[in-house]
Amino acid sequence: MLPEKFADLEPFAGKWCVPTEAARYAQRLASTMAEMQAFYDAAFPRVCDAMAHLDQFPLRELPYRELNLLHLVYSLVMVSLPVEVWHQPRVIDSGTAYFDRYLEPVP
Amino acid sequence: MADVAERRASWTGRYPELGTGLVSYEDSISPEFAELEREAIFRRAWLNVGRVEQLPRRGSFFTKELAVARTSVIVTRDLDGQVRAFHNVCRHRGNKLVWDKTPRDQTSGFCRQFMCKYHGWRYGLDGQLNFVLQEEEFSGFSKADFPLVAVNCEVWEGFIFVNLAREPGQSLLEFLGPMVRGLEGYPFHLVTERYAFRADILSNWKIFLDAFQEYYHASVLHSQQQVPALRTFETGFKVPHFQVSGPHRLLSTGGWKGVPRHLTPPDQMYPIESATRAGLMGPWQRPDIPELDPARLPAGINPGNLDPWSISNFQIFPNFVILVYERGWYLTYHYWPTSHNTHVWEMSFYFPPARNASERIRHEVTAVVSKEAGLQDAGTLDGTQMGLESRVLSEYPLSDQEITVRHLHKVVGEWVQSYLRGGQAARA
Repeated sequence: MLPEKFADLEPFAGKWCVPTEAARYAQRLASTMAEMQAFYDAAFPRVCDAMAHLDQFPLRELPYRELNLLHLVYSLVMVSLPVEVWHQPRVIDSGTAYFDRYLEPVP
Repeated sequence: MADVAERRASWTGRYPELGTGLVSYEDSISPEFAELEREAIFRRAWLNVGRVEQLPRRGSFFTKELAVARTSVIVTRDLDGQVRAFHNVCRHRGNKLVWDKTPRDQTSGFCRQFMCKYHGWRYGLDGQLNFVLQEEEFSGFSKADFPLVAVNCEVWEGFIFVNLAREPGQSLLEFLGPMVRGLEGYPFHLVTERYAFRADILSNWKIFLDAFQEYYHASVLHSQQQVPALRTFETGFKVPHFQVSGPHRLLSTGGWKGVPRHLTPPDQMYPIESATRAGLMGPWQRPDIPELDPARLPAGINPGNLDPWSISNFQIFPNFVILVYERGWYLTYHYWPTSHNTHVWEMSFYFPPARNASERIRHEVTAVVSKEAGLQDAGTLDGTQMGLESRVLSEYPLSDQEITVRHLHKVVGEWVQSYLRGGQAARA
């Protein structure tokens, strides 16, 4: 699913190549900290490489594998706060609150 | 003399009409007061319902549910390119004219005319009734007598406002006044990559407004914005500039302890921030768009001349907020009451359109991190509303930097009192 250079992240592609923030947030809440930590540990060291790789392509004409990589980076951003800050899937002290992102740029 | 010096030193002291006493939040827990607000505020003040980018061409339209005023409006760009608004009600039998999946959901799109789903009456983009099925069966009837009911609509800096009063007490520009009009000239038209959120909130609309118009809470409720080594409750966040103008408020900040986030050392921020070079305050690198250079921004954006400056928070009465960030982006909040203790809340982030994946990823980081902080505010509101509704207490103290909270509740009270006296809307 991913560009060849990022074959090491292939085990995470099925679960984390998710195009919308709403679906990524749902995936995060449905995941354990162990799952998110494993994904973070693998993907975080590659984020600068991924950004440099993706910048070689026009953003609005990304090939299929690059588009998947972009969505994977979005998911890394989504799990980074649970891993780095909250140490739990939900935001601490967020009670029952939710914010639905109903509009966002594509991709 | 000491008293005068003390007054000058405090923000509250500069606005003696706001007083220094305890404040009641009865206006946020009383169903009767919420009913008064419908008429006194939401059917009299200018309300922002969107931006011109939502109407990209002639025939573009969107609907906006205004439950607080028990109406829905159609906002459209007519064939002359003019932005117009109408009540979303068919003149024939009162059916809601424009809706898509269900009558209660907002919709948007493009059309040449609006056709009622019930009996097929059609209206032009100018609101004129153009077609009536079997018109000859209506006796003494002229289509010219049955246009859509127009709503006062004005556009300011690309923001579309409506006013539901038959004759607004003030024009939009008079209502906004000089402080809010200090935003004029900001390049909103270049900052159009939008991330929009909606939430049902379990509090009165003003209670959430209050949460986002003071930063006294920031170092406590959002302590995790700092890495653990920097967290302390010993010194809080201070806001270096406040201003009040008519019913509106402004506060500006220069960053945590005066240091902008992008200038803090890497060990004092989270790894995702330094790796992607973006965070709560936006991408580290301001886009190289000359119009977004702070030196070229209108003077009214940072009227306190803060240096460093990072955010100006414009609180536009009654329910519209614009935050302009030094890093070249802005966000908006809207608070739409649905009952005395619930409201629909909207948040939109606007960035200059990303030119490559890295820029888009940085926008994503800001949109995600900022949402997480907001969830803490929203999660807490439920508890605030419950505490207030217990009526264990009737009055509460406010600190100097919570002057904005004092001002909002005072203005709301004044508009309601003015309405009850049978007068027109309070003047801005």
